[in-house]
Amino acid sequence: MKIAVASGKGGTGKSMVAANLAYTLSLAEPVTLVDCDVEEPNLHLFFPGPAESTDVTIPVPVFDTAACDLCGKCGEFCQFGAITVLRDRVLFFPELCHSCGGCLLVCPKGAITESPVRIGTVSVSIPLPSLILVTGLLDTGSPLAVPVIGAAKARAATHPLVFYDSSPGTACPVIETLDGSDFCVLVTESTPFGLHDLELAADVVAGMGIPAGVVINRSDGEDEATLDFCAEHDLEVMMTVPFDREFAAIQNQGCLLCREHPEWQERFRALYSGCRHLAGVSP
Amino acid sequence: MKVCFTAKGATLESLSEERFGRAPFFIIIDLDSGASEAVQNPYVEGAGGVGPKAAQILISHDVTALVSGQVGGNAREALMAAGIEMFTFRGSSVNDALEQFKKNALQRSE
Ligand code: SF4
Ligand code: SF4
Repeated sequence: MKIAVASGKGGTGKSMVAANLAYTLSLAEPVTLVDCDVEEPNLHLFFPGPAESTDVTIPVPVFDTAACDLCGKCGEFCQFGAITVLRDRVLFFPELCHSCGGCLLVCPKGAITESPVRIGTVSVSIPLPSLILVTGLLDTGSPLAVPVIGAAKARAATHPLVFYDSSPGTACPVIETLDGSDFCVLVTESTPFGLHDLELAADVVAGMGIPAGVVINRSDGEDEATLDFCAEHDLEVMMTVPFDREFAAIQNQGCLLCREHPEWQERFRALYSGCRHLAGVSP
Repeated sequence: MKVCFTAKGATLESLSEERFGRAPFFIIIDLDSGASEAVQNPYVEGAGGVGPKAAQILISHDVTALVSGQVGGNAREALMAAGIEMFTFRGSSVNDALEQFKKNALQRSE
């Protein structure tokens, strides 16, 4: 089963939920946790340990100046503006290239070949006996989060129970993370901003046809608006974590609520059962 | 020589446009013959890479100088590589810009 943990914005405690779920369940069965927040992965802070890292590359065009007759077809084709054909040479902007391979196909002279460039890494570690942590990390400056997320997810493709910690927001990286998930846990806070972002995230998840439920984090006990929204949209509130200074401190030190307070394990196990139930997986 | 002015409309009376890649029109004037041509920019709504795409239009039209408000990094690189000089103009109409260009009153942007 693949479960994504997402939120409309950053700082809602999405990683806290993913890390505690993975930790708790790994006490009983093998779990893989994939950090898909490739611009700012943070799960390794909860689960330190030596990791083995491999490069993620994408193919980019290379131009053979001897074969090129400056016809301009590649530049015309590239909808991302990555190629400008000058009077005397071809100018290539690697940071605009999306590696679609189209210019290769349209070049009548066969003057374009592809060569790999690195855009990030995927690291794999085994921080706990039954827990595998896969971390995607995008190289600074590269805009291509999606292929790195894809590569990180691919490392866990055949694993039985996988949690994806998504990047915040609702942009392409989140869609890539959600793609293929059986269920999505939406983490929110009980503030007006939190609710607005929850609405956006819930829309995306519903649009993708992925069943979802909500976790309210740092609740101040006044969650009426969020509860109303969830009731209206048939979203079950699966767990509420109260605001608590001690919890916040545990989180900031890179510790886990379920390790410091084992009584919470029961609640995270119940959250997981809820995911299975709502996703229609037999218990 | 051919000079390109970024404009909001298709005529010399049009307001000049500050943005290069997303300028609605490129008004290209041949200073030797006096002929002018308005090229509509197909990339106004483009998602990305509009700068180099717009630079390609100028290159195809044999433009040798550009008068615009702001030119982004990639477009600048393409224009410089193509040997197209850039001049900064922030003001009213294309006619104004043309007058100032002819008087050599515009700042060259490196
Ligand atoms: S691979 Fe695609 S995006 Fe990259 S330069 Fe070629 S056509 Fe453009
Ligand atoms: S399509 Fe091929 S031949 Fe034409 S400009 Fe591009 S690289 Fe050169």
